[in-house]
Amino acid sequence: MAEPTPSLAPARPPTGPRVWNNPRARAIIYQVLVLGGVIGAAAYLIDNTLTNLAERSIRSGFSFIWHEAGFAISEALIDYQPNHSYVRAFIAGLLNTLKVGLLGIVLVTILGIIIGIARLSTNWLVARLASVYVETFRNVPLLLQLYLWYSLLTEMLPGGRDALSLFTAFYLNKSGLMYPVPVYDGIHPFMIVAFLIGCVGAYAWGRYATRRHEATGVPTPRFWPSVGFVLGLPLVVWLIGGAPTAIDVPQMERFRFVGGWHVSIEFIALLLGLVVYTGAFVAETVRAGILSVSRGQTEAALSLGLRRGLVLRLVLLPQALRVIMPPLTSQYLNLMKNSSLAVAIGYPDLVAVANTTLNQTGQAIEAIAVIMAVYLTISLAISGFMNWYNKRVALVER
Amino acid sequence: MINLAERRAASGPVIQMAGVNKWYGEFHVLKNINLEVRSGERVVVCGPSGSGKSTMIRCINRLEEHQKGRIVVDGIELIADLKQIDAVRREIGMVFQHFNLFPHMTVLENLTLAPMWVRNTPRKEAEDAAMAYLERVKIPEQAHKFPGQLSGGQQQRVAIARSLCMKPKIMLFDEPTSALDPEMIKEVLDVMIELAQGGMTMICVTHEMGFARTVADSMVFMDGGEIVEKAPPTEFFKNPKSERTKLFLSQILH
Amino acid sequence: MAPVSSVVAGSAPRPPADSIGVLGWLRTRLFSSVLNSILTILCIGLLVWIVPPLIDWMILDAVWSAAPPEVCRAAEGACWALLHEKARLILFGRYPYVEQWRPLLAMTVLIVAIALSCNRNFWRPWLAGVWAGTLALFGLLMWGGVLGMTYVENTLWGGLPLTMILSVFGMVGSFPLAVALALGRRSRMPIIHALSVGYIELIRGVPLISVLFMASFMFPLFLPSGVKVDELLRAQVAIILFTAAYLAEVIRGGLQSIPRGQDESAKSLGLNYWQTTTMIVLPQALRAVIPPIVNTFISLFKDTSLVAIVSLFDLLGSLRLALADPLWRNYFIEGYVFVALIYFFFCFFMSKYSQYLESQLQTGHRP
Ligand SMILES: Nc1ncnc2c1ncn2[C@@H]1O[C@H](COP(=O)(O)OP(=O)(O)OP(=O)(O)O)[C@@H](O)[C@H]1O
Ligand SMILES: [Mg+2]
Repeated sequence: MAEPTPSLAPARPPTGPRVWNNPRARAIIYQVLVLGGVIGAAAYLIDNTLTNLAERSIRSGFSFIWHEAGFAISEALIDYQPNHSYVRAFIAGLLNTLKVGLLGIVLVTILGIIIGIARLSTNWLVARLASVYVETFRNVPLLLQLYLWYSLLTEMLPGGRDALSLFTAFYLNKSGLMYPVPVYDGIHPFMIVAFLIGCVGAYAWGRYATRRHEATGVPTPRFWPSVGFVLGLPLVVWLIGGAPTAIDVPQMERFRFVGGWHVSIEFIALLLGLVVYTGAFVAETVRAGILSVSRGQTEAALSLGLRRGLVLRLVLLPQALRVIMPPLTSQYLNLMKNSSLAVAIGYPDLVAVANTTLNQTGQAIEAIAVIMAVYLTISLAISGFMNWYNKRVALVER
Repeated sequence: MINLAERRAASGPVIQMAGVNKWYGEFHVLKNINLEVRSGERVVVCGPSGSGKSTMIRCINRLEEHQKGRIVVDGIELIADLKQIDAVRREIGMVFQHFNLFPHMTVLENLTLAPMWVRNTPRKEAEDAAMAYLERVKIPEQAHKFPGQLSGGQQQRVAIARSLCMKPKIMLFDEPTSALDPEMIKEVLDVMIELAQGGMTMICVTHEMGFARTVADSMVFMDGGEIVEKAPPTEFFKNPKSERTKLFLSQILH
Repeated sequence: MAPVSSVVAGSAPRPPADSIGVLGWLRTRLFSSVLNSILTILCIGLLVWIVPPLIDWMILDAVWSAAPPEVCRAAEGACWALLHEKARLILFGRYPYVEQWRPLLAMTVLIVAIALSCNRNFWRPWLAGVWAGTLALFGLLMWGGVLGMTYVENTLWGGLPLTMILSVFGMVGSFPLAVALALGRRSRMPIIHALSVGYIELIRGVPLISVLFMASFMFPLFLPSGVKVDELLRAQVAIILFTAAYLAEVIRGGLQSIPRGQDESAKSLGLNYWQTTTMIVLPQALRAVIPPIVNTFISLFKDTSLVAIVSLFDLLGSLRLALADPLWRNYFIEGYVFVALIYFFFCFFMSKYSQYLESQLQTGHRP
């Protein structure tokens, strides 16, 4: 163990204070200083805040959320009345946020893909129109677009009984869209179960198709059987249940509409604004993703004898998706966050509810903390998924 | 060898191009191309940059469309008919300058993709065949890597093996070695020479004149969109007929 | 095997008539297949449906001259008379009417400075000096109180100048913080790394409106009692804090794009961390990400419109102020179109500029 150290020429001793020249010690000192600064600043702000709160005799803490809210929410997915608690109001607001956000994500994906592909069309007119769309809508602030949509809808649409109607089943007026829904029937829950089973069935079919293809070499169709599972199964259940066809159609009565379901004009304006604005960005993302796959890939696949549909499915899409997914996810996140502009046009989303709460109780810190915590959770969930996906599909390079 | 040469001479043309013309807008890329390739023949195409070599061989598997004239491959005429085009592409393998391997699939998946989806080969069989071809191009140990992890020479050999997996009658090569470092060129050329000796019909755009001397049955020289000269290599290198060919050869052979 | 008849080439071979000229263009770009022909016809139908009525409304049937609202009510088309009446309110907010030449001049100076900065030959240290001077002059003109200009307190500022202040100061102000955060996120010191990541992800995870609310309602609580901060400064700070997180990610992208060899060769020349960072890595990293920085600025420019929600009268806010006039509120479309065009003008040119820069940087033209 104890080998004699080889003798060296006498070294020059380090100059200056030794600790400061030790990189590790220096790193610790830096970090302690920064951390101390941050903690100090935070302590100062908290102290000020507490003094101010005491001075203005504003209560703090989250106990208020159990109190009666006392304000109405114009549309909610759960039963909510003014005499319910703040926490219930927050949940109603959150559900409204999720409603417009999730529907928006679905619609913006469809719109973005269509416009993105149109921008790459060999048809000059189609490509031009698509790029005019993109340039127009992404260069104007979303809030302005929302105000404009909202004003247009509320000023231009007829009021009350003069509603625009389609097939005398859908009615659109200043106050929103009335649309028909099937009358509840005992078979409906079973249809939902059948739909879920159908999804599982479609997935299982996909795996079976792959295995059969690998074993026998015969490519097995996937698309139509999957559609059959997902849509056919509920249809069969519906038929077994006696095919109930009763539909609750909105009817014009003396002063208002009864029956059917209803979405508010605020919801429509917000959804329209979010989808049209974000769609322009998604289109650019899709376009860039498609362009990122080099022409050589298509040529190589074609010269192997693959048909165009297969080239798209097996070679182009997997590569384009890899490029599209990360920016697409961040567009989804943007849409979610931008749905908070609902507060400007009076759609009761989470921010609008929190804003009302804040004005009523004066508990700004708590109300804003709720908004931030909820959005942060949504963002982290979506970006967590994105990171997982990216790791899964990352290309292996030298 | 004799046997093979006889068979070659006896068989008819598998590729016929007659009066083929192509324009990019006003630019005349291919001018009245007439070329016949017999089964088993090895044709090397050379010519200055921009002379239309790539365009010509890409017309043969319809990656480019010609506007005038006729192209018949193995009895199938190339017309605007997807079935015909698919049929022709199944007969022809193509190797590109920039490999064009699919980066999101392993080497083995690259090789089994087309057999499984075009020829309906069961996976096990396709993989066995793929491994056999990887042996032939001397990189079986790379089967489970991704293209991005291989050297250029290895990637090009995978690309050759990928085409061979479809058991093509004809192979097209578009400057397969010009994106490679010198030390990798040999490993790719060796594979191509072996392929040629096995009797494959090949059209090869390349400036590797050593390779051309070893394997070519005929040399084609293109310039300005025309086939200036077609001749067996001995004649082509010893006494080229055209002045343009002489000039070109003096430039690349120093 | 089908015998192939040799095609006799014509004397002067020409490309097929349908592949060149106007006809060729029409065929390849509009009618290359049945589907394309249908799409073309649909598009033409759409244009015929939209464009003529739009031109009628916007130009032919519009009221162009100054006129009272009653005239507009009688007309079929747009009421541009609204702009005669309200343009100065929209553009300058509640800034005193007779003093409005000052914000106009201030904006002109700022736009000249921006235009100068677009030229890559001027990317020299003196440009920073030009900017310092510009911003000082801007403040001087807006506030006044010297050189015989009356003092105008900033609660009266509004319109386009306010939008410009918020976005330009937002960018300039967030820059140092963004650089620090980007370096912090790449640091190997765990606490500094964690603090940077925490800040960036927190801010990027929440909507701007929540940060503006925070500034609006919580900043007054943070400060010692008695200290008052006006609404403009609060919004400005919120915008700076918000932008810094996004900018930091852009700059981090630039830092990542610098090959490690740069860092290593600088260290092996004997430069220490700060020298390496400020002299070698940062200059290259920032240059590489100028196009995405311009894009961040475009987002910021549009995002400043959110201050209208916390009752500041930026361009959008003062438009809403103008439209609150019951006499003119029916002509909201004209107002929104006018303001949208202003935003479009700025954003469109900035994004074209960013694309141009990107292509320049990509082809290796180094400034
Ligand atoms: N898509 C296209 N549009 C217009 N012109 C093209 C196109 N593709 C090729 N060309 C032109 O056609 C000519 C022939 O191109 P080609 O690629 O066939 O030349 P090549 O002989 O293969 O040259 P190289 O040795 O450089 O590969 C060139 O002048 C080229 O500029
Ligand atoms: Mg070529």
